[in-house]
Amino acid sequence: MEFWRIPLDADTIQVSRGIVHILEDRCKGCGYCIEYCPKQALEFSANFNQKGYHPPCVIKPEECVNCHYCEIICPEFAIFSVESLQTTELKQVRT
Amino acid sequence: MTKPAVLTGEYFMTGDVACAEGALAAGCRFFGGYPITPATEIAERMAIRLPQVEGCFIQMEDEIGAMAAILGSSWAGVKSMTATSGPGFSLMMENIGLGICTETPCVVVNVQRGGPSTGLPTQGAQGDMMQARWGSHGHYEIIALAPSSPQEIFYLTITAFNLSEKYRLPVLIMTDEIIGHMSEKVIIPEAKSIKLASRPRPKGRKDRFKPFAPGPNGVAPMPAAGEGYNLHITGLTHDEKGYPVMDVETQTEMMARITEKIQKNLDDIIQTDSYLLDDAEIVIVSYGVSARTSMAAVAEARKLGIKAGLLRLVTIWPFPEDQIRKLADRVKGFVTVEINLGQIHREVERCAGGKVPIFLVGHSGGTIIHPDEVVKMLKEAF
Amino acid sequence: MQKIPMTSNKQPDHPLDDLIRTDRIPHIWCPGCGIGTVFSSCLAALKGSGIDLQKTVMVSGIGCSGRAAGYVKLDSFHTTHGRAIPFATGLKLANPELNIVVFSGDGDLFAIGGNHFIHAARRNMDMTVICVNNLNYGMTGGQVAATTPHLAKSTTTPAGNPETPFNLPLMAYACGATYVARWTMLHIRDLTDSITEAICKKGFSFIEALSPCPVNYGRRNKQKPLDMLKLYQEKAIIKNDADPSTLDIDFEKGIILGKFIDLDRPTFIEEYDKIYRPSRLQENVPELNS
Repeated sequence: MEFWRIPLDADTIQVSRGIVHILEDRCKGCGYCIEYCPKQALEFSANFNQKGYHPPCVIKPEECVNCHYCEIICPEFAIFSVESLQTTELKQVRT
Repeated sequence: MTKPAVLTGEYFMTGDVACAEGALAAGCRFFGGYPITPATEIAERMAIRLPQVEGCFIQMEDEIGAMAAILGSSWAGVKSMTATSGPGFSLMMENIGLGICTETPCVVVNVQRGGPSTGLPTQGAQGDMMQARWGSHGHYEIIALAPSSPQEIFYLTITAFNLSEKYRLPVLIMTDEIIGHMSEKVIIPEAKSIKLASRPRPKGRKDRFKPFAPGPNGVAPMPAAGEGYNLHITGLTHDEKGYPVMDVETQTEMMARITEKIQKNLDDIIQTDSYLLDDAEIVIVSYGVSARTSMAAVAEARKLGIKAGLLRLVTIWPFPEDQIRKLADRVKGFVTVEINLGQIHREVERCAGGKVPIFLVGHSGGTIIHPDEVVKMLKEAF
Repeated sequence: MQKIPMTSNKQPDHPLDDLIRTDRIPHIWCPGCGIGTVFSSCLAALKGSGIDLQKTVMVSGIGCSGRAAGYVKLDSFHTTHGRAIPFATGLKLANPELNIVVFSGDGDLFAIGGNHFIHAARRNMDMTVICVNNLNYGMTGGQVAATTPHLAKSTTTPAGNPETPFNLPLMAYACGATYVARWTMLHIRDLTDSITEAICKKGFSFIEALSPCPVNYGRRNKQKPLDMLKLYQEKAIIKNDADPSTLDIDFEKGIILGKFIDLDRPTFIEEYDKIYRPSRLQENVPELNS
């Protein structure tokens, strides 16, 4: 994560981490989750689901910050994230 | 402020008011309506009386809304009614169909006036009888009752509620301006002497409940919204769970459910009345206000030596086919008397199957049929 | 949010699965259609609002959005075209304990059902009306609606819409709604917050949710699904308390979103009880001695 200015309390901030779950057969391939993932953690999968759509797949699982945006924008109830027990300190994610 | 729902006593009442009192006695606690001559007095009476019995009255923005509202209130578990006349009845048709499809108990009163269109707003007719049968689109069964006096409209309104609850469908009261506006003696009995029916209630596990799985008499138990059944109720063709399924099998099953519950209980539903029918050679078939005319005509004809009798249809739909068929085997002919140009007449013709001649004493609407016209027909035709 | 260890192999259920009829999923809405997002937002709001869901009913009319009632695992009624509001009125009046959410589309609520909307708002009938506005009749293949922008193409306005669309928040406000908000299906968190607020508020609440119809509206107006969402992103002007008369949808000037109206006035039932059923009001007053 890049900052123009490092927050003064950066060492105390814990960034939550999430695990993305995809219910592939519910997906209709609109790609909204992929487009609007703030961390670009998703991509269209090369596989087809039962209905012939390409569901998303997680390409950068370590990037998920459990913001749930994929979950709430998905019109199909096909993707969601749950909080991982692991959190990362902000300083560590800074690149 | 509260008053009893059953105003036991003797009254001089119009048919419209007696209808409202019958509804209250039957347990009706919601009325959604829209003003229309000659049915307005039912709404006016309900507006006064419903809050007295902890019920609710609302004047909706139109008859479409009124019909939709009573379906909604019925699904909230409350016995509900609306009342209208021809133009409003036309507007209610689509939601009457929703009531049929979703098997929703409710009562719709049509105080008939001359039509088509705005027609004769203040003058009676019986021209909506076929609309009552087939007015909403698609094939279905319906129950329609035709009272002949203010006293009878009181009782038939109770019957209408009982049938609607028992068989889960909208029941129509097909009265007319003349009965609606006529004042006569009405005796309201004691509450405990009035038999009331309520919709069959579900038993067992809520999560496994199917709102359209028929019980022993072909009618499914009915819970109300808010009771934890997670109902899904739709006007789309649906299976026993209430889920929409767009295929021929489900359509066939659903149609069987909504038609057979009526067809298999005809003996319980159909009511007729008769006057000097046992030895009659000529049978007058009539209903509503025209049955009163016909009764006078029968009496007059008997004086002239004509063996006439009256079959008065109290239930119009489902049509008393068997009664007409049996009569057709033994009588010389039928005369249908109704204030239209031949609606129930055609049904009588159909059921008589060409065995005997059938004549119509009809009228375009706006006034009653004079008994003399019926007697004249009896003399000339037979 | 539930915490599970990273090593878990078992796929947990979607957090809203307890509120949807999973046996009917996938739903009928097209790829890229926003109704599912608005529906999901509505379910999240219902869940988050803390109201008694057993006493909560969803009523829909006809059309794509009208199918929502068929997917929610609550008491739900899919009524006739335009008649969700009067049906819901009957439910509410017969059992005032019910929480009523009307979820339907712009064609259903504002063309064929416009009269009922106007009067329910005027009466301040206690219900929450959520209108998914996709600017056209989607179910029937993309015909012009009362909300289709001027000059936009549809199958029944092939050379462009000659009519002027409704400003829905203005109409709701003018008719007497006590809560009015507009969001797009991209502004999901705001939308969910608004729906939650509206559900918890007594009186007639109205929320307009703009939503893409890529298959029928987008295709004829050179908008791919993502173009529409980008338009929402670029053209959105969030302006709470904006004057309702300025809320025409104009993608050139920008679309104003926000919560516009939040006021209190007596509901129909409150007024009816006061005037006609005072005994009912007395019953509701807790006894001091008990």
